[in-house]
Amino acid sequence: MTYNWNWGIFWEMSPEATGTYLDMLLMGLRWTIATALLAWVVALFFGSIVGVMRTLPGRTVSIIASAYVEFFRNIPLLVQLFLWYFVLPELLPKTAGMWLKQLPNAPFWTGAIGVGLYMSARIAEQLRAGIKSLPRGQAMAGTALGLTTVQTYRYVLLPMAFRIIMPPLTSEALNTVKNTSVALTIGLMELTARARAMQEFSFQVFEAFTAATILYLLLNAVVVFGMRRLEKSIAVPGYIAGK
Amino acid sequence: MPMIDIQAVSKWYGPQFQVLKDCTTAVEKGEVVVVCGPSGSGKSTLIKCVNALEPFQSGAIHVDGINLQDPSTNLPKLRARIGMVFQHFELFPHLKITENLCLAQEKVLGRSRDEAMTKAMALLERVGLKDHSHKFPGQLSGGQQQRVAIARALAMDPIAMLFDEPTSALDPEMITEVLDVMVELAREGMTMMVVTHEMGFARKVAHRVIFMDKGEIIEDRPKEEFFGTPRSERAQVFLSKILAH
Repeated sequence: MTYNWNWGIFWEMSPEATGTYLDMLLMGLRWTIATALLAWVVALFFGSIVGVMRTLPGRTVSIIASAYVEFFRNIPLLVQLFLWYFVLPELLPKTAGMWLKQLPNAPFWTGAIGVGLYMSARIAEQLRAGIKSLPRGQAMAGTALGLTTVQTYRYVLLPMAFRIIMPPLTSEALNTVKNTSVALTIGLMELTARARAMQEFSFQVFEAFTAATILYLLLNAVVVFGMRRLEKSIAVPGYIAGK
Repeated sequence: MPMIDIQAVSKWYGPQFQVLKDCTTAVEKGEVVVVCGPSGSGKSTLIKCVNALEPFQSGAIHVDGINLQDPSTNLPKLRARIGMVFQHFELFPHLKITENLCLAQEKVLGRSRDEAMTKAMALLERVGLKDHSHKFPGQLSGGQQQRVAIARALAMDPIAMLFDEPTSALDPEMITEVLDVMVELAREGMTMMVVTHEMGFARKVAHRVIFMDKGEIIEDRPKEEFFGTPRSERAQVFLSKILAH
């Protein structure tokens, strides 16, 4: 195979004429970060609600929550994004569908919320496991003190459950970052999409994807670092992972 | 009117298994009642029914004249007035000792932080743990944790205290420090219902002893009578076993 290595390619102007190839990749990285951040907020928000719902005694609530989890975790992420992006606008009333299609940055919103909902099912399951791992007496003690169910969750169960699931939660944060790359299929120009574009413009496939790989690794290193710091700062003295 | 009035309470787990059979008893204001019996006899379940931590299918329980099963009863509010101490302490591990004592005072009783803190420190001093107030539960011994748990319940100014095997999870040398606190409480006139096998404690401060077996209240008698001549064979066997050593 003859391949013309050209590591200087990053400093050449891209055909989009908005800057160099490196600028192009960094622009993609910015979209990746923005998408991952919004997706993570969505995932934590809905994951927490659904995870808590699965631990409540009410049957109806629990069935709704399981249905949610099974829907979002059993359909491939790619298919889910296609559903939200291509199918949903057609199913909605005409004006709503049009509004959705013409939304500025539609791939970003759809990608971030789509990835977020997909990840929320996984977070819900982990949170459920975290809550269930607490001794039954903890909830009883909260209840016996006169706390309401909401207060017992807020002040007693969730603070411990989230601490316990910090290690898997870190993995989920990393998965969220990585899964944003699937949004390139609905036209989001994030990092992977930019690397592909660079390859198509310049034919420097190895350089393009080496750069993308390094940028993903760096980004996730920051995520790991941040989650470790958080884990340490909330560690409970005299308890698991505490001093 | 008794402080705690238990009328013909029955409870089933599923359609088959009956854990409580027609239990009837009462605890007067200022009375200390010890509940004992073999494991699985339903004594813990019964005491948990008293503040509605466990639901029951038939019968009625009144606490301070309030019917637990009346739909209009504000259960969180009622529970806040009944102190409960658990076998495994159940302190909240992520909260400092003082925060464990302040949480419900602030969130349930609406006390200010200062007010709750003053109360907390006074109670910690009373159970001999003032120096540990800044620590987390995991940094204390079992006996110390249980004393904190008692202080946490007392911080709510309860009208009665329920103890569910408060010393069963403790090493022998720590049992005394917890029992000392409980004896003091009893002597001050606190209404107490105590599930325990500590017959020494029962002898010292109980007014009445209830013996349960297989979900039934077999004996419910003044302490002197119970330790003198328990009528039932089952109570005699039970006593001979736990008092053998």
